Amino acid sequence: MAEFLSEKAAAKSHSPDEAPPNVDPATAAAYWKKTSGLMWLMLAIWFVAGFLIHLFAPSLNKIHVFGFPLGFYMAAQGSLIVFVVQLFWFARRQNQIDEEFGVAED
Amino acid sequence: MAAQKDAFLSQLNKIYAGYVGGFAVFVLILAVLEQVGVPDRIIGYLFVALTIGVYAYIGILSRTMQVSEYYVAGRRVPAIYNGMATGSDWMSAASFIGMAGSLYLLGYGGLAFILGWTGGYVLVAILLAPYLRKFGQYTVPDFLGARFGGNVARFVGVVVLITASFVYVVAQIVGVGIITQRFLDVGFAIAVFIGLAGILVCSMMGGMRAVTWTQVAQYIVLIIAYLIPAILMSVKLTGVPIPQLMYGVALERIEELEAGMRAAGQVVPYHVGAFMTPRGEFSMPAAINFFALIFCLMVGTASLPHILMRYFTTPSVREARQSVAWSLFFIFLLYFTAPAYAAFAKLEIYQNVIGKPIADLPAWLKNWQLMSPYGVTWIGVNDANRDGILQLSEFRIHPDVIVLATPEIAGLPYVIAGLVAAGGLAAALSTADGLLLALANALSHDVYYRMIDPLAPTKRRLYIARVLLIVVAIAAAYTAGHLGADILFLVAWAFSIAAAGLFAALVMGVWYKKTTNTAAILGMLIGYVVTFGYLLHTEFAGLHFIQLFGDKAAITAAFRQYVGIATISAEAKAPIQAMLANPDAIKDGMFNSWLLWGDSVVMRNRVTARLWGINNIAGGIFGVPISFLVIYVVSQFTTAPSKAMQEFVESIRIPRGGVRLVDKEQAVD
Repeated sequence: MAEFLSEKAAAKSHSPDEAPPNVDPATAAAYWKKTSGLMWLMLAIWFVAGFLIHLFAPSLNKIHVFGFPLGFYMAAQGSLIVFVVQLFWFARRQNQIDEEFGVAED
Repeated sequence: MAAQKDAFLSQLNKIYAGYVGGFAVFVLILAVLEQVGVPDRIIGYLFVALTIGVYAYIGILSRTMQVSEYYVAGRRVPAIYNGMATGSDWMSAASFIGMAGSLYLLGYGGLAFILGWTGGYVLVAILLAPYLRKFGQYTVPDFLGARFGGNVARFVGVVVLITASFVYVVAQIVGVGIITQRFLDVGFAIAVFIGLAGILVCSMMGGMRAVTWTQVAQYIVLIIAYLIPAILMSVKLTGVPIPQLMYGVALERIEELEAGMRAAGQVVPYHVGAFMTPRGEFSMPAAINFFALIFCLMVGTASLPHILMRYFTTPSVREARQSVAWSLFFIFLLYFTAPAYAAFAKLEIYQNVIGKPIADLPAWLKNWQLMSPYGVTWIGVNDANRDGILQLSEFRIHPDVIVLATPEIAGLPYVIAGLVAAGGLAAALSTADGLLLALANALSHDVYYRMIDPLAPTKRRLYIARVLLIVVAIAAAYTAGHLGADILFLVAWAFSIAAAGLFAALVMGVWYKKTTNTAAILGMLIGYVVTFGYLLHTEFAGLHFIQLFGDKAAITAAFRQYVGIATISAEAKAPIQAMLANPDAIKDGMFNSWLLWGDSVVMRNRVTARLWGINNIAGGIFGVPISFLVIYVVSQFTTAPSKAMQEFVESIRIPRGGVRLVDKEQAVD
């Protein structure tokens, strides 16, 4: 137990004086454009699952699935599942973009 | 490097697998002890003492004298473990005990908390966490100071952080006190200080490192303690051990029973109906408040420093992103179970309590007719029409009972009740730990080291950090002990305050390169003042607020509400009654117009004012957009940031390599 807490195992520290990344401005701009695109897509999904769909809750509630009124279900579980899946997918996708532009960490 | 990391991870897996096994054996031993006749009280003591003992043991093992260990756990917490730690950092007594109860009371309206407290992580992952991790310093004000030109921005950030976190931590300590009081059977003020000792022993010696590994242990206890009673309850009512799926059946039954009661002429609030008054009409204020609250809770999630600083501890930017996803997953496990608790409890009460003779109510209900720390009994039964039958309107239940009494409702042994207490305690302690650390770090690192004595040696800095931790903890416990249990609504305030003060500046700092120092400082200040001012004004001077913004009818209505509140003294009511006696003298408020209007509701024994019908727990809805607007507009009129600053922002956006700071002074050793 004590060993995993020992300070000797500390990973190399991240000094802020390390050499700056060797990324040319054009690549950086293209990378940021793609990252921003992913950001807007994610925000759109977030907005739909977090707000938009619940505007229709009174109508969705007329549909029942396994006893759940659908409007209630979306707020209690459906949107949450969307958020979780969305974030795992985002972590993967952003990582692919990092690698595509060669800006991923070593 | 990678091999070393894998070895570390597999060792962690082994340790925590052993811990889960040990905990299971511990629960089984207590179950056996209960069967052989050990009294319930002893079981309760053993649960509380042993779990706190384990947390303290981890805390002491993790003691450290290194700055980076103390502030960011050495930046080597794997994504999945950081996710668990964030989960328990996040889920407080309010989530563990209060959430299911709110859902029971509010039905669909309560789902705003479920949505708001999960959806915010999308904002954390996409807009902030990876970039704050790349920035690679110790605290959230560190980022504000480096990005927005030094100590003014840092100081404003610290003020917002301290307001939001202090309000939040006081509510947590109240939660610890409530649980300790019930299960150790001591006075509230003493219970608060016992809980405090439990909190301090975890965090004082090892700072972030100790808090991280303790929080992982606490997450495991709290999730087991939350899921097991729900599963057993589901088996009892439906025969299938998947509560999250089976409560659909309960919801359907509830709708039928509600319809039956309505047919008999009773007014029954709708459990699943969205934005509805108890009479079944569409309610616009309910819909507006629902969405405003979701917005504030989500944005607040992405602004609370004790959550953001957890993502400073991962080994890389990549793991910071994965870690947010894991955090949300672990939080989701509890949140998608909470509505099941509420539905099962409501079904049980509608089926076996309401409409039954008061003489033969179930035993659990009688056990809970005792005094709560809130100053009322947990469950109230009052046969108003003296017919010997319990009607819905004659029955009152405190929301916290829903989770706490589930083991008894389902007829489970006392050991399960002890488990729930241990889980609730783990939830409250872990959140209080994280908050106290955020507060103490802001004072020791940002105020003392950065602003007062930048030359302080490492040893003194860590020494000061610990002293401040104790000072803040005692101040919070003192406040909690004196204000009592009716301040739990403060939790929702903390979100609005943090959202209005910090969110716009953090997001614009990363995503809008031209954000200037003046703009960010003004944006933070104005957002903070507008929201915090709205909260204080509407809550504690509601009548004054309505006299400014209400029209004549709204002011008169507020006066009537005021004189109708039983707890307000006759002297205080006299001037208001005098004004009511002369209705012609009441004029529309100074700022009242078709654009600005207010009304009021009675909450927490106060007349609480609202602008545009928005409850003050969603007060961030005003501050957040204003803050964004101020930052954008002022940035257009002030000198653009230097080239070095723009390069700094670019270096944060790219995961690879280190960060080139604008000012060497801002670097940490």
